Amino acid sequence: MSTSTMSRPGISAPASPLKRRRSARSGGFASSFTVNALLILGCAYMVLPVVWLLFASTKNTADLYGTAAYAFGQPAFFDNVAAVLNQDGGVFLRWMANSMFYAAFGAVFGGLISVLAGYAFDKFQFRGKDSFFGIVLVGVLIPNTATVLPMYLLASVFGITNTVWAILIPVLCNPFGVYLARVYSAAYVPAETLEAARVDGAGPIRSFFSLGLPMMMPGYVTIALFQFVGVWNNFMLPLVMLQDQKLLPVSVGISIWQGYALPQPEFTPMVITGSLLSIIPLLVAFILLQRFWKSGLTAGSVK
Amino acid sequence: MVTQVPSVRGTKRPGSRKQRPMSGTGGRTAALFLTPFFAVFAVAMVAPVIYAVVLSFFAQQKSGLGFSEAKTSFVGLENYLQVLQSESFVGGIGRLALYCAIYIPCMVGGALAFALLLDAAVARARKLFQLLVFLPHAVPGVIAALIWAYLYTPGVSPIVSALESGGVAVNFLDHQMILPSIVNIAVWEWTGYNVIILFTALQAVPREILEAARVDGAGEIRSALSIKLPLILPALSVIMLFTVIGTLQLFTEPSIISKATASVTSTWVPNMWAYDAAFNRHNLNQAAAASIIIALMAAVLSWAVTRFSSRTNKA
Repeated sequence: MSTSTMSRPGISAPASPLKRRRSARSGGFASSFTVNALLILGCAYMVLPVVWLLFASTKNTADLYGTAAYAFGQPAFFDNVAAVLNQDGGVFLRWMANSMFYAAFGAVFGGLISVLAGYAFDKFQFRGKDSFFGIVLVGVLIPNTATVLPMYLLASVFGITNTVWAILIPVLCNPFGVYLARVYSAAYVPAETLEAARVDGAGPIRSFFSLGLPMMMPGYVTIALFQFVGVWNNFMLPLVMLQDQKLLPVSVGISIWQGYALPQPEFTPMVITGSLLSIIPLLVAFILLQRFWKSGLTAGSVK
Repeated sequence: MVTQVPSVRGTKRPGSRKQRPMSGTGGRTAALFLTPFFAVFAVAMVAPVIYAVVLSFFAQQKSGLGFSEAKTSFVGLENYLQVLQSESFVGGIGRLALYCAIYIPCMVGGALAFALLLDAAVARARKLFQLLVFLPHAVPGVIAALIWAYLYTPGVSPIVSALESGGVAVNFLDHQMILPSIVNIAVWEWTGYNVIILFTALQAVPREILEAARVDGAGEIRSALSIKLPLILPALSVIMLFTVIGTLQLFTEPSIISKATASVTSTWVPNMWAYDAAFNRHNLNQAAAASIIIALMAAVLSWAVTRFSSRTNKA
């Protein structure tokens, strides 16, 4: 079922351009104008706040309040960047590195754990399979924030709050990734190939690493990408777990600066420029990996 | 799709000796592959929830003058009663319900409208529109809330100044406007993500059906509403489910906005209430009880949504 949904757009795609062009002609100029104008309007709503951030990051405190929002003041972009990078002995770069480390760790290892489990659910027969998969689905449905405080309470019993472990262990757990991996395994890894490998004498572990995993690689990348974004965007978990400024990810770090900016307005350009710098890695990842996040969204909506 | 796999394996070599050890070790191999996930799941989800349930049945009681150590004693459901009787917690639930009532129709309706427009035959530059509409999802919730907090602040905001020059004075951060303002942040963050899901589902609608409808004289709008919409209902119900779960998580945006305005109190939504209980009021037992209540609400709601959507899908 998942396979057919994923391949259907590909099959229908070659036929559609012709038909589209024909109906576009019959639709007439008025409806074409309305549809595209509405699309542009919608995109403007999505893009303009980010564009504002771009403009605002080029201004100093006085211009921020003094000049029009979508105009340039005294060029201060590089001063702002320098201020962001030099504050508190370069703590911003430390935050970025922390975010990168937490997110990459969750993406690579959490992704692999999910792929292993999803592959097992798809390819192996074992007792209680449905109940185990039911547990995974319950995990998907529990909101993250509802488990953050319980996690903190438990972590403080073991004394690992305010250490990297308080972040690294939770980010390995990705039930939705298991669900996605099962869909990908069914779509990408034909049972015949595994059967052939078995006949040739390869054990299940060997055939996973030399056949299953390479075939599921696009799925692994997608799951890892989603996990990366999820960890990078997470706010409540690090806010609750970490106190040491040196361990914070960039999201919590900037929110601390935002707190400073109320009594000290000179922090405002730093909050804005820091925000801009912190979204660049994700923007780049999304633009480069478009193919993967689209396939992930499709697979996720299959069931 | 899953059930096919064993039948292929089974029919290839009926009764061969090689097959039996395979199915015999199936359980053991599966265990090997599943152990990492379930180990992490136990540590990061099951154990914390169980510990929170245990904590929620106890309370720290300080003796008269507070000189001696606080004593821990079993209080049964006392914490749950206190949480549910707390005016600010119940107020937070009410606010969250109102937030859902505004947010879900706006976001899902907006995403649906945009996806249908994007799928209309006359739409141009689909790839570019998809990329642009997805852009906000690459912006973390904290940063999104920060950007909008500035866009709501008079003096910095181009929106406020544009409205003022048009003779409209709106304070986006006052008591009446704060809820719609926060809804807007969430709509901005999530609409594009769901547009992509719905648009992909729309692309899977067989073009022959649409062509047949066109030949029969159905216009773009007619075929969007009576053909495309019913065919993407499954995708819509998935979106509804994840949106409902997502709204219960509401924490990041109001906590960032609360630094910019007094309209958002420290106990504005249930998650903030639980955070406040743990870190400002230092009542971990109450915080545990509140977390369990939130998780239960999520369970009930997602059960209801799944039931409801599976019924509409069958009908």
